[in-house]
Amino acid sequence: MNYPTELQYSRDHEWLRMEDGVAVIGISDFAQSELGDVVFVNLPEVGDETTAGEPFGDVESVKAVSDLVCPVTGTVCAVNEELLDAPEKLNEDPYLNWIIKVENVTDTEELLSAADYEATCTH
Amino acid sequence: MSYVPSTQAQRQEMLRAVGVSDYRELYRDVPEEMLLDRELDLPAGMSELEVSRTVSAMAAKNTLFSTILRGAGAYDHFIPAVVKSIPAKEEFLTAYTPYQAEMSQGVLQSIFEYQTMICELTGMDVSNASVYDGATAAAEAAAMCRDRKRRVTLISAAAHPDTINTVRTYCFGTGDELRLVPMKDGKTDLEALKAMLTPEVASFYVQQPNFFGLLEDADTLGEAVHAAGAMFVMGCNPISLGLMKSPRDCGADVAVGEGQPLGMPLGYGGPYLGFMATTQKHMRKLPGRIVGETVDAKGERAYVLSLQAREQHIRREKASSNICSNEALCALTASVYLAVMGPEGLRQAAQQSMAKAHYLMRGLTEIEGVRCVYPGPFFHEFVTTLPKQEEVLSALERAGILGGLPVEGGVLWCATEKQSREELDRAIAIVKEVLAK
Amino acid sequence: MKLIFEKSVPGRHCDLLPRCDVETVELPEGFRRETAPALPELSEVDVARHYTELNHRVHGVNCGFYPLGSCTMKYNPRIDEDMAALPGFAGVHPLAPAHATRGCREVLDTAAKYLCEITGMDGMTFQPAAGAHGEFTGVLLIKQYHQKRGDTKRRKIIVPDSAHGTNPATAAMCGFEVVNIPSAPDGCVDLEALKAVLGEDTAGLMLTNPNTVGLFDQNILEITRLVHEAGGLCYYDGANLNAVMGVVRPGDMGFDCIHMNLHKTFATPHGGGGPGACAVGCKDFLKEFLPASALMDEPGHIQVRAFAGNFLVVVRALTYLLTLGREGIPEAAKNAVLNANYLMRKIQGTFEPAFDRICMHEFVLDLSEYKKETGVSALDVAKSLIDYGMHPPTMYFPMIVHEALMLEPTETESKETLDWAAQVYRELYELGKNDPEFMHNAPHHAQIARPDEVRAARQPILRWQKP
Repeated sequence: MNYPTELQYSRDHEWLRMEDGVAVIGISDFAQSELGDVVFVNLPEVGDETTAGEPFGDVESVKAVSDLVCPVTGTVCAVNEELLDAPEKLNEDPYLNWIIKVENVTDTEELLSAADYEATCTH
Repeated sequence: MSYVPSTQAQRQEMLRAVGVSDYRELYRDVPEEMLLDRELDLPAGMSELEVSRTVSAMAAKNTLFSTILRGAGAYDHFIPAVVKSIPAKEEFLTAYTPYQAEMSQGVLQSIFEYQTMICELTGMDVSNASVYDGATAAAEAAAMCRDRKRRVTLISAAAHPDTINTVRTYCFGTGDELRLVPMKDGKTDLEALKAMLTPEVASFYVQQPNFFGLLEDADTLGEAVHAAGAMFVMGCNPISLGLMKSPRDCGADVAVGEGQPLGMPLGYGGPYLGFMATTQKHMRKLPGRIVGETVDAKGERAYVLSLQAREQHIRREKASSNICSNEALCALTASVYLAVMGPEGLRQAAQQSMAKAHYLMRGLTEIEGVRCVYPGPFFHEFVTTLPKQEEVLSALERAGILGGLPVEGGVLWCATEKQSREELDRAIAIVKEVLAK
Repeated sequence: MKLIFEKSVPGRHCDLLPRCDVETVELPEGFRRETAPALPELSEVDVARHYTELNHRVHGVNCGFYPLGSCTMKYNPRIDEDMAALPGFAGVHPLAPAHATRGCREVLDTAAKYLCEITGMDGMTFQPAAGAHGEFTGVLLIKQYHQKRGDTKRRKIIVPDSAHGTNPATAAMCGFEVVNIPSAPDGCVDLEALKAVLGEDTAGLMLTNPNTVGLFDQNILEITRLVHEAGGLCYYDGANLNAVMGVVRPGDMGFDCIHMNLHKTFATPHGGGGPGACAVGCKDFLKEFLPASALMDEPGHIQVRAFAGNFLVVVRALTYLLTLGREGIPEAAKNAVLNANYLMRKIQGTFEPAFDRICMHEFVLDLSEYKKETGVSALDVAKSLIDYGMHPPTMYFPMIVHEALMLEPTETESKETLDWAAQVYRELYELGKNDPEFMHNAPHHAQIARPDEVRAARQPILRWQKP
């Protein structure tokens, strides 16, 4: 299992990276592995407001669906539309394939370092 | 008789194997005070012959009409023999939901074929495996069109009253609002609709042909709905689609309808079939079961229940509908009907239904005091005024004819390909005779 | 096998209708269809053989053992079909006048009376078309009740986490907030967890008893009392009624309303996924809230579908009720329980039950240890059963047991069938230890090998397209 150290993680298995004040958000390797083959991703629209700790979409596998929980409060400024046609990218590389970008971030959940996050997953 | 095959001796042997002395011990978790300490107040069990006599006697208390000139949501079309025999086959009849694809390919393929036929009829891209009936299909369509911002549903007052009431009930459930678009001359009032298409409106439902048999100007209604950013839902009579422009060509986003005319008996209201189809764009919002094509481990074509993550058993309280079954056997019936009718047979059924209804209308309205209540083209139903309504309908009944349905303003008549010219002439003559008195 | 469209031959047709004997009428411009729907063009023999071939690729309960847990797959008597096909029922228009439909009313009234007696309820409707639809109707009774009393703060429906997924979905469809409470390890209600969530905002509780693991909740009277004390109502999910009919009544357990699947407990056929039919019963004080048809009855009621429901299914259920009668109903329940316990004991020693105690009409096997040991999962065992011509049990339900297989043999299976089934499970237990690979690839002799469900979901093909 891969836990890149340059990222921060939420307890709901999302990762976050700040790029020029914009939060780039995806799901962790652990999350994609638990889900199994991802078959569809429900994405928000650009301009939607997100709230830290609240769902902004969900990911579907054949027999499960999981909420995507946003670690930050802000405004969606980009969604990765490639995932609509190729949801398997989340299985192939969950860190390269981000899900949404959020700007105007006003609040952030308490986030974990790679090591702390790994500890919660292997617990 | 309880259909329990084990003999008394075997039952004793099985109780011993389980380690109990009697049946009471099997229920040891049930508190004593709760056990029913008496026999049920039901008649004693019967042999098959006695049951057959008893239930047949109930059926005999109904009046069977040789000619049915009443529709209003339940239509008396001709049902070919093979449409009855195929769904009665033991395997189709007694299978459960096809959860185990490896032993249910027959059911799955038949549904896949049904979905294709519904797409062909409606012009839509995706059909589900069916829902309970036309009224619930309308209610499910309203639910699938709602999103966070648009919550209000509009429905034409010229839709079937049971459909309106069902949609209203579903809206009552979720706490959403239903607004009735008034009608003018028996059809949806376009100007009223335009005024009601506010930004909180999610969808508008129109029935085509409508409850009074009239053809709605669906294209124009659809344009108005889309101009306001809402979704356009059409409830269609499937037989009429053999002749009429498809809902897709009228601009509908969701096409639904009552599938009963496709080979299902009147049956005092059910089981019937709700069909439901939409465009590619809204595929993942479509509720209910859907069958998809895939390949098996050997690379052979195979069918499975697909897109299951939309469904209640996975989404639980987040699912937009709790539906977890379909009307598979009715969908099979409709498929067999459409297969034996073919495109030409379906067109004939539609053409003849329309022709007979117009023949009946002309015959009736030649009678003094009987005239069409609404102007405008109709398919196979129409409303006329009818003096001495009760007397006329009783006279028809005595002749084995179920006349039209009394509705506000007159009587709603219906004819299908099933009635011969002779039958229609006879009905017209009786009406004439009673009114001549 | 070919699709029906792939067998189509342009110009081929069946002649089923006579020539039109009245003048034809054209649709006005703008309403006409430009291109005919691409329905198959076939002769009657083509159609008959196509569907016969499909029918050979279906397994029904009347064809073989079908112990699908929580689905009550009992034998579907053929007499029920004959009665439903009587022209005196099948040919009746739902809007024919009341004096012409007395027989239909008698069927509905008689079935309602018997089901009220069996459940301990006072009123009954047959309008809902399926179990989930009945749940929706039942919870709407609760909603109307609170609303009429002006008790609008009651926004929450309590559902144990062992419940079937429809329960929470239903509560949400009725506008309620769903409160999940954890179950005790045996799937029964955790009284402390229940007490903790009961309050002024409780609208009701949805429960099935026997519960989803096949055990009867001994605290049921206490549970319904607590909910009533808090001002809520108790809804009985009748999915498992087959275990207790004629033995103990939901009405006597303290429930206020109930739904019953006629296609489970009362032996009407499932038809490959429907049509079912559902009866929703309630106590006197809720009767005024039962649904009705806008066209058939007086206005002002809720309505969950057109007309009076799946009437012809009710005819089948009534035929079944009359056949069993007052002694046959409890006899069926008791033997359903006996058969489940017998099969559980016969399998025990290989695959182990999740709860080693007397069960009701169904039981759950827990294969998690076996999987750790052999790598063979519940899915592998289920798929292997198909090669024996036996329908697999319900898999991975309830969710509170991992690697669950849930078996419900029903009362209509003979001792011989149960002995054979147990023998097959025991053989598979050994096979999995010796040749797990073989079981991972099962079934080996079925209509198809395991289908690729991921592909079906990622690239949906939901209709046939002309090549």
